Amino acid sequence: MTEPRRAPENPTMEMTSNKEILRRIEYTGDMLLNMGPQHPSTHGVINFLVQTDGEVMKRAIPEVGYLHRSIEKIGEKCTYNGFMPYTDRVDYIAAMFANQGWAMAVERLLGVEVPKRAEYCRVIACELNRISSHLISVGTMAMDVGAVTPFPYALREREFINDLLEELCGARLTYNYLRIGGVAFDLPEGYADKVITFVDHFEKILVEFNRLITNNEIFVQRLAGLAPIPREMAIDYCLVGPNLRASGVHFDVRKDLPYSIYPELQFEVPVGRGEMGALGDAWDRFSVRCEEMKQSCRILRQCIAQIPKGESMAKVPRKIKFTEGLEAYSRIESARGDMQYYVVAGGGENAYRVKVRTGSFTAMGIIDTLSRGLMIADLVALIASLDVVAPEIDR
Amino acid sequence: MQGWIDSLIRGWGRDPASWPWTQLVYLAFMGLFAFLVINFAAITAGIFSWAERRVAARIQSRVGPNRVGPGGFLQWVADAVKLLTKEDLVPAEADKVLFRAAPYFMMVGFACVFVALPFSHRLVIADMNLGIFFILAVTALIVVGIIMSGWSSNSKWSLFGAIRSAAQIISYEIPAGMALMIPVLLAGTLSTQGIIRAQGGWPWQWFVFDNPATFAAFFIYFISALAEGNRTPFDLPEAESELVSGYNTEYSGMRFSYFFLVEWGNMWVMSALATTMFLGGWQIPGISAAQLDAMTGGRAAAFELLSLAIFAGKTLFWVFVVMWLRWTLPRIRVDQMMNMCWKYLVPVSFAAVLFVAGWMLLVRAAPAVGTVTHWVMFLAAGVLPTGFFVHRVLRNIRDTGDRFDFTSNW
Repeated sequence: MTEPRRAPENPTMEMTSNKEILRRIEYTGDMLLNMGPQHPSTHGVINFLVQTDGEVMKRAIPEVGYLHRSIEKIGEKCTYNGFMPYTDRVDYIAAMFANQGWAMAVERLLGVEVPKRAEYCRVIACELNRISSHLISVGTMAMDVGAVTPFPYALREREFINDLLEELCGARLTYNYLRIGGVAFDLPEGYADKVITFVDHFEKILVEFNRLITNNEIFVQRLAGLAPIPREMAIDYCLVGPNLRASGVHFDVRKDLPYSIYPELQFEVPVGRGEMGALGDAWDRFSVRCEEMKQSCRILRQCIAQIPKGESMAKVPRKIKFTEGLEAYSRIESARGDMQYYVVAGGGENAYRVKVRTGSFTAMGIIDTLSRGLMIADLVALIASLDVVAPEIDR
Repeated sequence: MQGWIDSLIRGWGRDPASWPWTQLVYLAFMGLFAFLVINFAAITAGIFSWAERRVAARIQSRVGPNRVGPGGFLQWVADAVKLLTKEDLVPAEADKVLFRAAPYFMMVGFACVFVALPFSHRLVIADMNLGIFFILAVTALIVVGIIMSGWSSNSKWSLFGAIRSAAQIISYEIPAGMALMIPVLLAGTLSTQGIIRAQGGWPWQWFVFDNPATFAAFFIYFISALAEGNRTPFDLPEAESELVSGYNTEYSGMRFSYFFLVEWGNMWVMSALATTMFLGGWQIPGISAAQLDAMTGGRAAAFELLSLAIFAGKTLFWVFVVMWLRWTLPRIRVDQMMNMCWKYLVPVSFAAVLFVAGWMLLVRAAPAVGTVTHWVMFLAAGVLPTGFFVHRVLRNIRDTGDRFDFTSNW
């Protein structure tokens, strides 16, 4: 007889239903505030049950699941190629990464070698996408703190990237650019020059952006020392990506578990240093993203300089089939951190099980702990600083 | 304006003191002036709503509303028509009477200010001898309207906005009031026209450059006015990213627009008050107020218009600064807002009042000190920072490869 699985007996991890929590809040006489599902700064359809005493929060409990579209189940019903457009919807702000995770997982099942040129195309597309995703993140974060102007600036720059990616794959948001074994289209003519022109322009804009908001006194006052996540706590809560690095943990899948052509590229992994307040505070999470955009520019320059000639697609069978039970696992560094795909092959043309592990979902787990004693305005900044995206939480 | 009406009645060959219809004439003119003032307030607020959107668009490298009329200028008329024709929705659980009444309290508190605000040398509705006191008193009505709207909406977000707003406005009235007491001390009168007359036309004759404490007082007033007007960085009561829309969340249609009418109109009020108290008001450089008084006929009318233009120019500049700040700065947090008021602005404003009182004794004993300080303050606090600012802006523009562009995208 096997033991039934139990929740860990840990006082900090209360395994109570939201209904029970609501009942308890009512009993204390505090105000219960439903922040969301329709609220301007929850970054999608998320609800936060906020227990407050005036402006000071006692607790904020994230309630996820409003945007659940069963993408993992769809993955079991589609063919391997057919699932690619669905992966775009896992994280529509950084769709290229979701594409790449799926492509890599199936390529590992298939044991196919992706041509060098295709890898470069993937990295160029991904790094452009990383910049555009981080632009949204820092722009909305500034907007949530009340500065409206950085957001249009960030979106203006993102438009250039959207144009570039549109030229590459015909789509501006859900790219569906990668294919199992390569990429759908080779780089168009003159693409290298356009990317370099953009990078030259963008590096100047980053300086302006930092001057406008990153080092703004009010902005620093708002975010410095806000909800700091110490090193150990970040690891305990399985934070990934910029949120983890802001806490001073030097972990980047591109460096530590290298994939694609990242070992051939020179770039640094920015980590939080607690310059303005505590290590791993909201300002660190903001500035790490700004630094990462700079590094992405560096990667783009190298890719454009080194890209070899050749095929952009490997020889892949038209119908992809595996023996039942074969499994593969891929890890990539998405804009929101460590994104993992786990796929178990079914007997036929579709998978038996698909699992996507995303950074936003784990980031939601830490909000309850961090939110205690913060103010309502801080909760908004905290959510923004973790850069959660609703579709990536729920999938 | 009473003197003007009296002289009008005398022109009809009647004696205003004994003529039985005098009070009726007063009443008629009161109605006329009330009409003019409310329309001035509403139209300025409307135009500012357009101006703010265009300024914001410029700052954010967008185009902004440019379809209705030349440069989109009639956008505010279109918006007003739209808001008038929208349904006036009252939530089912709201306190209906308070909910309907709240916008009018806001409007009254806002429109009454214009009674004592000067526009030019002769143009002021009532040059009361307690003008500033009156203005401070009636602006406090706005907070009543905000609390009523927040409470009666029966929505948690509205309540949050209302309570934040009450805390903010009541707190910041203290430094604002103390800062405004400094020009009152210097001029020796509460009358707005009297305070302007005590200053001169040239920048170094303005109260802002009178001594270090007045310079500090000007900024204390300006910061407090931003807070009282719920403008960024103090727009906590209507922080859209936190409180959805704050105290006006549940409002719609024309009632909603009253709140914004007041907000935009308040920009004129705070800037006009800053101009009056610290920046020389309508004073024309090189022409004293006594010379203006002595003028008659067409010459008087021309200089009247000039003084109006000077006053409006200074005011509109500060209105622009308010917009500029709004679209540049982030919002501060509730506790920071309170800290700033009680820990910094209130003590500094009290100290400034004491300093100015002592300073006046010093200047009375040695008038040369006052003249020298005017010039030193003008150069050190006015010219130098402006020059530094222009230098920085030009450098930043050069660094990013940007350029000045005022002609495109109209």
